[in-house]
Amino acid sequence: MSRYLAALTAILHRELARFLGQKSRLVAALVRPLVWLLVFAAGFRAALGLSITPPYQTYITYETYILPGLLGMICLFNGMQSSLSLVYDREMGSMRLLLTAPLPRGWLLFAKLLAGTLISLLQCGVFLGIGYAWGIRPPLVGLVAVIPALLLVGLMLGALGLLLSSLIRQLENFAGVMNFVIFPMFFLSSALYPLWKMAEASPALANACALNPFTQGVELIRFSLYLTPNWPALGWTLLATAVFAAAALYGYDPARGFTRTKG
Amino acid sequence: MIRLLLLTLLATPTLADEIWVTNEKDDTISVIDTATLEVTRTIPTGERPRGITFSHDYSRVYICASDSDTVQVMDPATGEILHELPSGEDPEQFVLHPDDKHLWIANEDDAVTTVVDVDSRKVVAQINVGIEPEGMGVSPDGAIVVTTSETTNMAHWIDTRTHQIIANTLVDSRPRHAEFTASELWVSSEVGGTVTVFDVATKAEKAKIRFAIPGVNDDLIQPVGFEFTPDQSTAFVALGPANHVAVINMQTHEVETYILVGRRVWHMAFNRDHSQLFTTNGVSGDVTVIDVASRSALKSIKVGRFPWGAAFRPTE
Repeated sequence: MSRYLAALTAILHRELARFLGQKSRLVAALVRPLVWLLVFAAGFRAALGLSITPPYQTYITYETYILPGLLGMICLFNGMQSSLSLVYDREMGSMRLLLTAPLPRGWLLFAKLLAGTLISLLQCGVFLGIGYAWGIRPPLVGLVAVIPALLLVGLMLGALGLLLSSLIRQLENFAGVMNFVIFPMFFLSSALYPLWKMAEASPALANACALNPFTQGVELIRFSLYLTPNWPALGWTLLATAVFAAAALYGYDPARGFTRTKG
Repeated sequence: MIRLLLLTLLATPTLADEIWVTNEKDDTISVIDTATLEVTRTIPTGERPRGITFSHDYSRVYICASDSDTVQVMDPATGEILHELPSGEDPEQFVLHPDDKHLWIANEDDAVTTVVDVDSRKVVAQINVGIEPEGMGVSPDGAIVVTTSETTNMAHWIDTRTHQIIANTLVDSRPRHAEFTASELWVSSEVGGTVTVFDVATKAEKAKIRFAIPGVNDDLIQPVGFEFTPDQSTAFVALGPANHVAVINMQTHEVETYILVGRRVWHMAFNRDHSQLFTTNGVSGDVTVIDVASRSALKSIKVGRFPWGAAFRPTE
């Protein structure tokens, strides 16, 4: 058991050290959602009036609405960044070193996933602090209640990143991830506009948004932040996490994985 | 001991005070329970109910039924209309004199202020004022009543003993609401977008409060109803289609913050301990509950169509 913990600690330590060593990465990770929050949301505040939509009990500013979506965005980009780093590790050979450790591959991948998620959580914490200073103030207990939701959403998107990293063979292919995964996932979700607003424009698009696991993750974050249970969102997020994790595990299995199929 | 405590708790009735809201388009009153923040009753009224106020012992409620050209007197316990008062045409707002006997009513279409004795149900006086009178305020000692006229853009100061206008003071365009503090008169100007503060002793303008909400066009900032905290430290001003309530420091006359509420906020009423403020939001058809301490909106409660006036009623 101690070997497992030692491996977990080592991987967490490596990822955290790597993250903290790259100050620009933290800044870059925060600039993106901050631009959305401080610039985009301010510009669209008047254009996108909101009615009262659960879990909110009264009228809210657009900034308040998109805050959970931007937390989801942090988890999404971080999950994808982790997958990028895995592809890089594989090209540089350090991945092989990691995967040859005398421990189950699933455990090593889980450690990697958890490390990425904790980094997401750290970024989300800083972002929530900036949002609070900016005047977006969910209930204080909500700031604690959202932690498990952020962990779960981080794991879901990290697992998706793992799965993608098992499919991508070269760093150059990562642009495809941006175009075919990140953008559709983010824009086809409730991060920027509520689903009823999307349904006014196109019911089909609204249905696509509802099926998007990222939507369910964002709603889980939103409801947790306002201390309101949302069991369907929790169920969908758990299911998506399990499916992505299982597929990633399959992808990293040298005997059966996607790497072998493609190689 | 625990049993005794439980029994005591069970025997203590819940404080179920109420906020009464007039719904202009539905010809009804929505009654909101201040404990559960839910509508518990909907009571039919005359046509286009707007101004609403209770007698000092809360045994009667007066309702301006504008399009019925009457003030209705209702038993709040039963919701039954007891009788009507001769209000003059199109009564919109009124104020109950501290003597609990005289209702001062603004008759928008007739350019008069009507004084009605609520016991004898007779018109005591009619005072010619400016065009489209609307806002009504009475000084705490009952010596002065002020009527604001929307088109003349004036506050008319009326001596309540002689029923004579003793002063006229200019305010910004379309004054809608007037309230006295111990030493000041506040008048909101809907089109002018300001609140003018007068010194009651000299009747001179003392301050002019202006508003600016980031991201909201100035044209939409239209101050209407307002309420003061009992210690007269803070004023809450409804800003109409700006969908915000301004929080004002009454000593400095500076705006401290803005609170987002529903669409086209009209008037307000406090709960019993003044910890919550209920705003009527005309276009969105709801009432937003503001937490006074944190200056934040807690909840919006769906009521009838076009809620306008609000009044507090203790139920014990």
